[in-house]
Amino acid sequence: MAVAGPAATDLEVVRGKRAALFFAAVAIVLGLPLWWKTTETYRASLPYSQISGLNALQLRLMVPVTVVFTRESVPLDDQEKLPFTVVHEREIPLKYKMKIKCRFQKAYRRALDHEEEALSSGSVQEAEAMLDEPQEQAEGSLTVYVISEHSSLLPQDMMSYIGPKRTAVVRGIMHREAFNIIGRRIVQVAQAMSLTEDVLAAALADHLPEDKWSAEKRRPLKSSLGYEITFSLLNPDPKSHDVHWDIEGAVRRYVQPFLNALSAAGNFSVDSQILYYAMLGVNPRFDSASSSYYLDMHNLPHVINPVESRLGSSAASLYPVLNFLLYVPELAHSPLYIQDKDGAPVATNAFHSPRWGGIMVYNVDSKTYNASVLPVRVKVDMVRVMEVFLAQLRLLFGIAQPQVPPKCLLSGPKSEGLMTWELDRLLWARSVENLATATTTLTSLAQLLGKISNIVIKDDVASEVYRAVAAVQKSAEELASGHLASAFVASQEAVTSSERAFFDPSLLHLLYFPDDQKFAIYIPLFLPMAVPILLSLVKIFLETHKSWKKPEKTD
Amino acid sequence: MAAAMPLALLVLLLLGRRGWCLAEPPRDSLREELVITPLPSGDVAATFQFRTRWDSELQREGDTDHYFLRYAVLPREVVCTENLTPWKKLLPCSSKAGLSVLLKADRLFHTSYHSQAVHIRPVCRNARCTSISWELRQTLSVVFDAFITGQGKKDWSLFRMFSRTLTEPCPLASESRVYVDITNYNQDNETLEVNPPPTTTYQDVILGTRKIYAIYDLLDTAMINNSRNLNIQLKWKRPPENEAPPVPFLHAQRYVSGYGLQKGELSTLLYNTHPYRAFPVLLLDTVPWYLRLYVHTLTITSKGKENKPSYIHYQPAQDRLQPHLLEMLIQLPANSVTKVSIQFERALLKWTEYTPDPNHGFYVSPSVLSALVPSVVAAKPVDWEESPLFNSLFPVSDGSNYFVRLYTEPLLVNLPTPDFSMPYNVICLTCTVVAVCYGSFYNLLTRTFHIEEPRTGGLAKRLANLIRRARGVPPL
Repeated sequence: MAVAGPAATDLEVVRGKRAALFFAAVAIVLGLPLWWKTTETYRASLPYSQISGLNALQLRLMVPVTVVFTRESVPLDDQEKLPFTVVHEREIPLKYKMKIKCRFQKAYRRALDHEEEALSSGSVQEAEAMLDEPQEQAEGSLTVYVISEHSSLLPQDMMSYIGPKRTAVVRGIMHREAFNIIGRRIVQVAQAMSLTEDVLAAALADHLPEDKWSAEKRRPLKSSLGYEITFSLLNPDPKSHDVHWDIEGAVRRYVQPFLNALSAAGNFSVDSQILYYAMLGVNPRFDSASSSYYLDMHNLPHVINPVESRLGSSAASLYPVLNFLLYVPELAHSPLYIQDKDGAPVATNAFHSPRWGGIMVYNVDSKTYNASVLPVRVKVDMVRVMEVFLAQLRLLFGIAQPQVPPKCLLSGPKSEGLMTWELDRLLWARSVENLATATTTLTSLAQLLGKISNIVIKDDVASEVYRAVAAVQKSAEELASGHLASAFVASQEAVTSSERAFFDPSLLHLLYFPDDQKFAIYIPLFLPMAVPILLSLVKIFLETHKSWKKPEKTD
Repeated sequence: MAAAMPLALLVLLLLGRRGWCLAEPPRDSLREELVITPLPSGDVAATFQFRTRWDSELQREGDTDHYFLRYAVLPREVVCTENLTPWKKLLPCSSKAGLSVLLKADRLFHTSYHSQAVHIRPVCRNARCTSISWELRQTLSVVFDAFITGQGKKDWSLFRMFSRTLTEPCPLASESRVYVDITNYNQDNETLEVNPPPTTTYQDVILGTRKIYAIYDLLDTAMINNSRNLNIQLKWKRPPENEAPPVPFLHAQRYVSGYGLQKGELSTLLYNTHPYRAFPVLLLDTVPWYLRLYVHTLTITSKGKENKPSYIHYQPAQDRLQPHLLEMLIQLPANSVTKVSIQFERALLKWTEYTPDPNHGFYVSPSVLSALVPSVVAAKPVDWEESPLFNSLFPVSDGSNYFVRLYTEPLLVNLPTPDFSMPYNVICLTCTVVAVCYGSFYNLLTRTFHIEEPRTGGLAKRLANLIRRARGVPPL
């Protein structure tokens, strides 16, 4: 008994140790993976590396320019060299992470017979009419005709002419360095017609660091799939004024052609309303010298807020709303004029608020009061009103006045009030803006998902992200190859997909599952199970450690 | 007479387009009215009605395709100022002039009854209905309680009701009037006195009964110019006895019965109090899907006998997609109560589908009763839509009936509600049980057990030996 005892207990101890080790092994090999698998949140894989690659994307905006030389535009030996292609590339210096390069690809060729014939006609308008017919130019491309130095097509002191469509005319020169000189002129004209720093800076205003110009640049509406335009007639004093406006006719005549020309940039919907008893928020100042009322410039920001609550159009629309208000001042406050910084009345009696819309004050002719009793019937002169509103609409869409190079003749606007190359310029700017927005959205989404591991990423969110990334890349490629229309469409798709992924409600499902609740559920199971396993492991470890040390000591 | 007609047509044609061009362009017209009804209890009911009509190019194309008709209902909503503000914004004069000056939220919501509505409907502009106008009708009815606000006094004035008085008409309104119902008080001038005395009275048949109204026309310049404001006062000369108001011919009641959380019964009581006329009623019921209706239990009884509906349309519910729709045409016998009842079973919802306050219960939308109720007095077949106090959705050409749409009260039904902390409790309990079992199992398998030899000594043993020695027994 005494001999067998220690041997049996040794055996028992070894068996106990083995059992404890086996428990630990099962817990680690089977238990941990099972727990991991069953409690994991589903996260579809996302193209993180591609998204971070988008930030370093180099945007190459290619403007294809066709340069057509007529017979006497350049010296004969230079004409021999035609046709050939020159590329003029220039980096646009913006403080933005994306490098933007602007690239004018000039394809030089000789004029065809019908072009010669057209350009030898008497006036530039005639020439244009004859040139227009045969070919339809692609969006974003330009055609520059180089005419002879002494051609009478342009007035003598003018060196170049920018047409209403995508054509321009440049005067040639008889010189040894003819191509260089003409090339420089062409780039000047082409820049005015397509991409300038200002246009891109305005488009990227939200993404650029603040500077003193940014407020001015943030005037245009942000790019969107559609826009809603609301015309409101504010009549604060219906007791004295019975105001009528033919808004339907005015929209049909003036606004709709402009919007049709702009239709490539988005969907537009137009509506109108008449609001009575809608007051401005500030009391105008009375000037006894001219017996009229004045609104100071620093008061104008306070005008909008009280009116805004009555407009009520932004509640029903998904798209950004542009408001145009025509304010007929009440009898007690008329005539009412808007004063600028220097105290002089503004000629149009109107002002606009960036990204919101415009307000015009329409004074009732004082003669009408003498003749009749109140209320006076007022018929609004829609031409005068629409002139102002259309100019404001152009500003709010970011179609600025072009910067014309010196000695350049600018053609009058088309009947729609928008030149084709202005639309192209808007599309360039909007494409770049869309790409910047989509890239920012994707980057912040990737950052967010990387930071918070609780967020579920469903397959449809992941597919939207993939689609957005692909669309950004496609748009950049199309821009680089000069296909403006498809680039714009792809950039819109990129914005839509990225926003849909970013605002997907499924991202929020488990976001608010806090850690303390998790521990409250795990501890009742894990504590009683883990403590014995850990303790026996520690004990086994100490014992083996001791038995390893013992032989050393005896030696 | 027959010859005169073509002649008139010819004159119109000769005038031609020129005559049309000279005409005023169509202008939105607003008709506003306020009806004040003194109740015998001393309470007073005030109903605003604003009708805006405008001509629009937006045309209704042919008949409405019933496939596109939708019916939606929110069983209950807490009324507050936020319901009034957007409603007021729809009024052309906002709340700056005319009758809408009186719409002051803190008084309107401090009443014992509040009902607010917006109706929009197309109105034919000519007999053949080739062009239409649209009409936006906004109504607001409140009942001021004499007991709550009157401190025992039963006299009313505009200022006491709304804390405002009328000062000017809305310049856009083509009609702006205040009507005071003096039907029961005009014979004997001793009961009620209305101040200032009305210039005219108006008599008409409204909802089947003859009514007499005192009229105050705001567009009448003399009405306001005298005192710069109009404050209509009602004075009870002889306090009225608290007599019960007359019972309407059609009214209804609805309730849920049954016990427990599994089954229940929806019952609707339809009262026809007309002494000798029976009339049909269209009953429309939408019941949410989580009350599973048993249609075979649908019973309709009146006067103890079964009442077979002449028309039944039933559309079963789909879980989480659409509610039950039950529509019936029931003939109500004269002077009777008809009970429509149907049994249902309560469904279990998924735990995320419960509202934040599930033990409060779930609201079931009211049933809708539409009926042509016979009137006591035959109305003159007038131009209904043009008449003042027009308040029916569907004008009836025949003067012997009038259209009524009634909504019963919404119901509150309790659904079986789980204990939402249960998953956590289950986890905790299971974990504890597992942990206890696991612990003993683990101990059994890993511990080694020794038989320990008892050592000599110890206080107890020594004590025992002392006693043994004293007794003469051999020690342990």
